[in-house]
Amino acid sequence: MRDATAYVLLEDGARFDGDACAATGPVTGEVVFNTAMSGYQEAVTDPSYAGQLLTFTYPHIGNYGVSAGAMESDRVHVRAAIMRAAVNREDAPSAERGWLDWLEDCGVPAITGVDTRSLVRHIRARGAMRGGVFPADMPAAQARERIEAEPAMTGRDLAREVTPIEAATLGPTGGADGGGGGPRIVAIDTGIKASIVANLRRRGATVELHPCTTSASELLAREPDAYFLANGPGDPAALEYVVDTVRALLGTRPVFGICLGHQLLSRAVGLETFKLPFGHRGANHPVKDLTTGAIEITSQNHGFAVLGPNGERTIDVDEPVRWETDFGAAQLSHINLYDRTVEGLTLLDVPGGTVQYHPEAGPGPHDSLYLFDRFLDQINAAASA
Amino acid sequence: MPRRDDIHKILILGSGPIVIGQAAEFDYSGVQACKVLKEEGYEIVLVNSNPATIMTDPEFADATYVEPLLPGPVAQVIEKERPDALLPTLGGQTALNLAKALQEDGTLEKYGVELIGANYDAINCAEDRDLFKQTMEAAGLKMPRSGIATNVAQAMGTLKEIGLPAIIRPAFTLGGRGGGIARSEEEFRTIVQRGIDASPIGQVLLDQSVLGWGEFELEVMRDHNDNVVIVCSIENIDPMGVHTGDSVTVAPQQTLTDRLYQQLRDQAITVIRAVGVETGGSNVQFAVNPETEEILVIEMNPRVSRSSALASKATGFPIAKIAARLAVGYSLDEIDNDITGVTPASFEPAIDYVVVKWPRFAFEKFAGVDARLSTHMKSVGEAMAMGRTFKQAFGKALRSRELDVEPSFDGDDTATLLAGLEQPASDRFDVILECFRRGTEVAEIHALTSIDPWYLRELRDFARDPEAPFAGERSFKAVDTCAAEFAARTPYFYSGWERERADEVVRGDRPSVVILGAGPNRIGQGIEFDYCCVHAAMTVRAAGRDAVMVNCNPETVSTDYDTSDRLYFEPLTLEDVLGVCEIEKPEGLIVQFGGQTPLKLAAGLVAAGVPLLGTSVDAIDLAEDRGRFGTLLAELGFQAPPYATALSVAEALVASEQVGFPLLVRPNYVLGGRAMEIVYSRDGLEDYLARHAPAPGVARAEIFLDRFLENAIEVDVDALCDGEDVWVGGIMQHVEEAGIHSGDSACVLPPHSLGPEMLDQIRAHTRGIALGLGVVGLMNAQYAVQDGRLYVIEANPRASRTVPFVSKAIGIPLAKLACRIMLGERIADMDLPANPMAGQHVSVKEAVLPFDRFDGSDAVLGPEMRSTGEVMGVARDFPTAFAKAQAAAGAALPTGGTVFITVTDNDKPAAYAIAQVLHDLGFAIVATRGTAEAIERMGIPVEVLNKIGEGSPHVVDRIEGGHVDLVVNTPTGSGARTDGWEIRRAAVARGIPCLTTLAGGLAAARAIAAARQGDGPAPVISLQELHRSIPEVAR
Repeated sequence: MRDATAYVLLEDGARFDGDACAATGPVTGEVVFNTAMSGYQEAVTDPSYAGQLLTFTYPHIGNYGVSAGAMESDRVHVRAAIMRAAVNREDAPSAERGWLDWLEDCGVPAITGVDTRSLVRHIRARGAMRGGVFPADMPAAQARERIEAEPAMTGRDLAREVTPIEAATLGPTGGADGGGGGPRIVAIDTGIKASIVANLRRRGATVELHPCTTSASELLAREPDAYFLANGPGDPAALEYVVDTVRALLGTRPVFGICLGHQLLSRAVGLETFKLPFGHRGANHPVKDLTTGAIEITSQNHGFAVLGPNGERTIDVDEPVRWETDFGAAQLSHINLYDRTVEGLTLLDVPGGTVQYHPEAGPGPHDSLYLFDRFLDQINAAASA
Repeated sequence: MPRRDDIHKILILGSGPIVIGQAAEFDYSGVQACKVLKEEGYEIVLVNSNPATIMTDPEFADATYVEPLLPGPVAQVIEKERPDALLPTLGGQTALNLAKALQEDGTLEKYGVELIGANYDAINCAEDRDLFKQTMEAAGLKMPRSGIATNVAQAMGTLKEIGLPAIIRPAFTLGGRGGGIARSEEEFRTIVQRGIDASPIGQVLLDQSVLGWGEFELEVMRDHNDNVVIVCSIENIDPMGVHTGDSVTVAPQQTLTDRLYQQLRDQAITVIRAVGVETGGSNVQFAVNPETEEILVIEMNPRVSRSSALASKATGFPIAKIAARLAVGYSLDEIDNDITGVTPASFEPAIDYVVVKWPRFAFEKFAGVDARLSTHMKSVGEAMAMGRTFKQAFGKALRSRELDVEPSFDGDDTATLLAGLEQPASDRFDVILECFRRGTEVAEIHALTSIDPWYLRELRDFARDPEAPFAGERSFKAVDTCAAEFAARTPYFYSGWERERADEVVRGDRPSVVILGAGPNRIGQGIEFDYCCVHAAMTVRAAGRDAVMVNCNPETVSTDYDTSDRLYFEPLTLEDVLGVCEIEKPEGLIVQFGGQTPLKLAAGLVAAGVPLLGTSVDAIDLAEDRGRFGTLLAELGFQAPPYATALSVAEALVASEQVGFPLLVRPNYVLGGRAMEIVYSRDGLEDYLARHAPAPGVARAEIFLDRFLENAIEVDVDALCDGEDVWVGGIMQHVEEAGIHSGDSACVLPPHSLGPEMLDQIRAHTRGIALGLGVVGLMNAQYAVQDGRLYVIEANPRASRTVPFVSKAIGIPLAKLACRIMLGERIADMDLPANPMAGQHVSVKEAVLPFDRFDGSDAVLGPEMRSTGEVMGVARDFPTAFAKAQAAAGAALPTGGTVFITVTDNDKPAAYAIAQVLHDLGFAIVATRGTAEAIERMGIPVEVLNKIGEGSPHVVDRIEGGHVDLVVNTPTGSGARTDGWEIRRAAVARGIPCLTTLAGGLAAARAIAAARQGDGPAPVISLQELHRSIPEVAR
């Protein structure tokens, strides 16, 4: 076995050797893992991964190269990719570039040959933590200093780093009205994934993307048909300025949210969020829709979650339990069958609802796309009412 | 919805004998179903004709019927047992077809039996190609352009639309039997006719060829709430054109983008909904054009399958178990994931390793057969390997194959090798690796094979440095369904190689016993050995130790994580097994139950310091070394046929005179038992030696000569020995005379024509040999009885192929007892009956042969084993049991009609006896001239038929015309395409029972007579009833 050329070091001192295979680093951040077996390009371009080093549990990553169509944003957001057996292939039928060449072009450090399973088992046991990818010639003490200098994820506002500088409007690409008669949705862009925007536009919506620092009055002045709270990185508790904005929007128009957006809406109505030990990141999490009883296999990417009605982290019944909130009652709409955490809620007294997971897939299963239909139906119903 | 309370008794159908396309995977699925449904409190009735299965162990069901899987006997079982429901989705195509037949003939309605797991319409929709296509199109999915034909003329019309190459598949057959790919019109006509003949409804589907497209399978599960999950994706490295059972496959899929994979996932879900499988598992196959991303649905199986067994082993998600629970009312979220214990079954496994499945072929057993691969499945078994990377898994899969002869291409130039790749054959990956070693480029191989370059690059790197993937430290990782997201509760491991050792094995304080399995199924080493290994695991657990299983066969019960305390999915090589022993530090190792595979490893393991349980390595050698064994027999005063070993042709000719003719001859340099022949004269021997000269470079060419005992009765014995005491469990008399491989001969327990004195002598001999060898555990001995004298043929100090059959016939589990002996118990303390064969019933074992799978093979029995599986028939008398066994083996004896008899000159006098019985029963008798004269002389009317050379209409025309119901044909010799060869081929193709020995013919005649005399069909008897009826004195 060749000598390692790079290594992963965690803040608790655990070390995993490997080989540098794109940019060399050093780089630090929160080390997390994703269990999906495909969709690596979608994952690394998902803005929700800002500030994180992503470990892929599936060993071979890069098998089919990269292509423009798989971008979830305009750039790579993970700080580094940690892999067991990375592949640089550029001649796959849909590939425009090799995966590792592309990461290198993007200046993203990557490491391969790592015993990712041991790394993941470590994180599973001790929780997601800070760490970094370092060239082999960097002494561990120096690497440790760098890790110590990295701020912890809790309390961290990363949305500001990924939100657009100015607003943009994107017209519909399909839908019954195709030509623009569909609803207009104003989104607070805390790092929205391209698949979410595409799913809304495909259903006839016009989507306005606004920086997350936009004031409530500016957003209210847009007089849209609905508001959308996007996914995004970091700790929702660090985004009180967005929460305040959401509070002002609630009740004026239907408000929907996905992932970070779900956490922000929950906080806006007075619920609490907490940090999961190592998050949910993958494409196989079962979620039950408590309205229909149906089980969806979902795409997930979140490190924080919303507490239950009595402050509990898990809900032990398959029932639509209720919270009393600052905006009336909220009802549990979706529950995670893996760890029974909150996966979605519906506001009963003001129009609004959210899910913690990713119905837009990108990457992952399409089981939950119906939520976009449900969302659009509700907007149209509200508009015609 | 929880468990259904409105049903109480469930009938489960097994899949019958092991045949190509339907193997041990259905024992695995059936066992899982029986276990969980019993756990749920249902009463289980099981029908399966295969005694070598775990599922037919009496404790797995409340009533176990080892009866033919045919509508008649199963209807009898239904009438007797009155089950509330029938679960047909766990016994392969056999069970599904049977359920369909029972629905159509009104049996299910008559007795109020509900089909659960799959309804009639869903079975029909998936199986009727036309209906399936309509259903897919209505659901918005695409299928290859196609047509249906019931005759050749109609097919030629369709060919104009779909074009060549075209794929032909018969409706309602296993594993595509009778189908193929046609590249020319001539080939098209031939395959269409064959397909129509093979299809029980005389229908073939003609498809647009998607040769070279990517082939993918998704394993789908659905519950009655319409929740659907994909358990696993499987990618065939071999593109479309090679049957998936013959393809090297990989899980999960490697080459599809997430976008394309999700489309497959969506379509698979659409398929299971559209077909209407309400609960359970299905397998959906797709063809994907990598360039255009076009997706075509190829087929779906509304049941568990070979692929679902593979998917279960690859992911840890027990599809059959969950399918059984879903069938009785549960939904996916109401079922726990056994592996994690904390999450529900309503999820999709995430795996963090790579799985490679490799088919095992047996072409060397069938001279003259085309070894090229097509849509017609030809492999007889498979091995699965897991690694942290594709290369690790691939390398382990190569090791798991256990080839008798490592492929060598020293004499072939690269151009020839490359040319051979255009038509994939069973050695294609060995050829590809060799070409890469010689410097061939990926692009060139891709152009020839259409294999995705991703795999080809991996193979190229592997070929050039096969050790590189195994650099670093062997680390045992867990299969946990969730890529380490949750802690695994079930200890199921594989080895991967990492920079630093990182094992996940957690051992308690209990001592462990390592049991080595049998590896991939092959001819001569099949499910019987898995049965024994599973029994060993049960016994070790019951003895308060941890049972540790090592095996690499994904079809089996032994590789179910439930079977042992710890399962290591590993190749059965010395290095890999030592890896397991290093971490397990077992109290002992068991090599006696997995056939030759573990036995071959015994000496190396012992040399490395691993303690062996049971028979010692020296005793194994004593039994296997001809010289040492001969000396032992001489010391014991036992007779054996004279034998000699010669090192040259000259020596062989000299030795032949001492040994005496006829001779059974085989060379040591042709492996796998091939080239074994019986020669009757010096000329014959010279001819044989000329045909089987050793290849240049064979280090030590030895020719073994054994006197062949003509017209002897062959006898098989399974016995237990603890070193001081011997107990004979079963004595089986072969129906066919000596000279037919014991694995291919029908046999009877108890013997029907050996007297008590001979049986006592056999017992005494067995006792002497077992003690002389120093057997601790099981021993199988083979004898021949000629002119009242007993000869020892051989002894094997291990579990034999017949152990499960004997155990079921006598109601005493031999393998478990053997394992207890190996763990230290004494026979004297076991309270075993003096005469375990004292029951008032007769058991017949019959072999099932794969001749109908291999065009060009001769359908004749000989000294080489060629059967893939076996069935058992049980009745109060021998003829009835024999008839049941024939029916179960797929060659139900006719009760009237025409029998065609043609036999060798030697056999002509005896042929009369068969003709007499059948004539008295009203059969019309036809024969070729010589045989006809012999029969006519005895005053039996007979019609003379032309031999083929005598011109049409000849015998084969008559058979193909459907005017013959039974064939008795004893072969004149081997090799050439004689009349006999054509006759047997025609009979096999038409599914007409064909008896190639006089003894077999006579047994058949008696069986027909018994059936005609009987009052309706023979009664069905459960094993539980049978075992209860064995007299107390015997127990």
